[in-house]
Amino acid sequence: MEIGLSQYLTVAAILFTIGVFGIFLNRKNVIVILMSVELILLSVNINLVAFSSFLGDLVGQVFALLVLTVAAGEAAIGLAILVTYFRNRGTIAVEDINLMKG
Amino acid sequence: MWLLEQADAVAALPEIVLAVLTLALLMLGVFRKSDASDVVTLGALVALAITALLVIFAPDHQALAFHGALMVDTFARVMKVLALFGSAAALVLSVSFMKRDGTQRFEYPVLILLATIGMMLMISANNLIALYMGLELQSLSLYVLAAINRDSARASEAGLKYFVLGALSSGMLLYGASLVYGFTGSTEFPEIAAHLTKSGATIGMVFGLVFVIAGLAFKISAVPFHMWTPDVYEGAPTPVTAFFAAAPKVAAMALFTRTMMDAFGAIQPAWGQIIVVIAIASMALGAFAAIGQSNIKRLLAYSSIANMGYALVGLAAGTQEGVQGVVVYMIIYMIMTLGAFACILAMRRKGHMIEEISDLAGLSRNHKGLAFVFSMLMFSMAGIPPLAGFFGKYFVFLAAVKAGLYALAIIGVITSVVGAYYYLRVVKIMYFDEPKEAFEPMDGEVKLIAYASGAFTLLFVLPWIASPVIAVAAAAAKSFY
Repeated sequence: MEIGLSQYLTVAAILFTIGVFGIFLNRKNVIVILMSVELILLSVNINLVAFSSFLGDLVGQVFALLVLTVAAGEAAIGLAILVTYFRNRGTIAVEDINLMKG
Repeated sequence: MWLLEQADAVAALPEIVLAVLTLALLMLGVFRKSDASDVVTLGALVALAITALLVIFAPDHQALAFHGALMVDTFARVMKVLALFGSAAALVLSVSFMKRDGTQRFEYPVLILLATIGMMLMISANNLIALYMGLELQSLSLYVLAAINRDSARASEAGLKYFVLGALSSGMLLYGASLVYGFTGSTEFPEIAAHLTKSGATIGMVFGLVFVIAGLAFKISAVPFHMWTPDVYEGAPTPVTAFFAAAPKVAAMALFTRTMMDAFGAIQPAWGQIIVVIAIASMALGAFAAIGQSNIKRLLAYSSIANMGYALVGLAAGTQEGVQGVVVYMIIYMIMTLGAFACILAMRRKGHMIEEISDLAGLSRNHKGLAFVFSMLMFSMAGIPPLAGFFGKYFVFLAAVKAGLYALAIIGVITSVVGAYYYLRVVKIMYFDEPKEAFEPMDGEVKLIAYASGAFTLLFVLPWIASPVIAVAAAAAKSFY
């Protein structure tokens, strides 16, 4: 079987779904949420590179590189906010993030 | 060969100048031995003023920069001036608050400036890459701003919630952008539009469009992507909340409008119905969920969700009048919101901020002026004529009716009647409840913003205020046609 565009898109869609479910179903640890966010961004990169190759257009790969850069910045900021949160509360369990409700 | 073409540099001059000044202020803050927050705040206000002047006095014609990545037209210039004004006002509101709190840091104005550069890029974005980069520059700065008070458990929780949900929404937007790119073969808005005009909407394309709308709806906190708003508004320090409610909303709404009108204008029926549903849900949830709130910042969070719903009514129409309505609505919304938050910043007893609505009891006897301004703002948000808020709603509903969206307009009017209940409850508490202890006197600059905003809403009906605002909005809406 030849691996074509649709296979790549399917893999990306599966990774994206896992990422989204990882954010909503996970009840334990905020680090897992950060990993899920990375997974979502990487699934987008697979999409972009697959489309770029399929269309013979380099813009998609440029976009993918920019996404990688932003993902690094996003992870750094997420971890920094997580550290301040941990210093204040002494926990990073998802079920304890409940000071504000309503 | 020049690295930077002259035409690009001219078109993107305000952004470039603001970015250079921001980095200079960052250096100033880092290398100064003593506390630099006052100098950097002043410098930030000057930088915003210079940028606003550059935007206002830019040549008055449509210009593209960086091979079509950025579009500078009247719409972009109007929204940029509005965003710059909102950022500057939020910065002014923060000065005394942060000083009293002992949390003033030079990073705060620098982050506001970085977020503002992001907003300007969002407003000008003319391809999917510029859209994403601008949005992320703004969002990443906002996540940090929400948690800027790092010793407060509530502020860091607000920052964490905002970050997690914001990152998810950026991911959805990006996934949609990748599908749009794949199924149209280009990231440029004009080429996407050309492709859609030629071959219509395919399933993959509509799939991508839905994800892009979901990501953008999150940024303007429209239902069903609003869940972060009340928590972040409550947890973040009040001046930061004032900032969140004003400038980023304007920028995100401008980006939403440009993406829908410029890139997806050819398939207006496809996205129009999604926007209608989002608008109805936002107006209804904003009206009903705010009724039970006791915290004034949470109340304003639901109020801003509802307000975004009303602004989306104009966008759902998808006509020139609709866009004009969106621009008028955003101008009025931003000024009212800044005024309302200035009033909230005055709620201080014994050196502590208080945020309960019941604490406003008897405000009319202790602080006559403040109570009058606050009640005018509340009446205006409820949409009672002849105040400014009424005209904002009038223009969006008019556009919806002219576009044949009768049901949408009727539901909008009904939810605004429901919404009037909680705005009027605040007025009732201020004027008719047993007075509590008086607040501490207001800071001068906060008072200025509150009174200026009150005067704007009260006097909007006069032709000297209303006609320029409406004319500017009409000129902005023309850029899409």
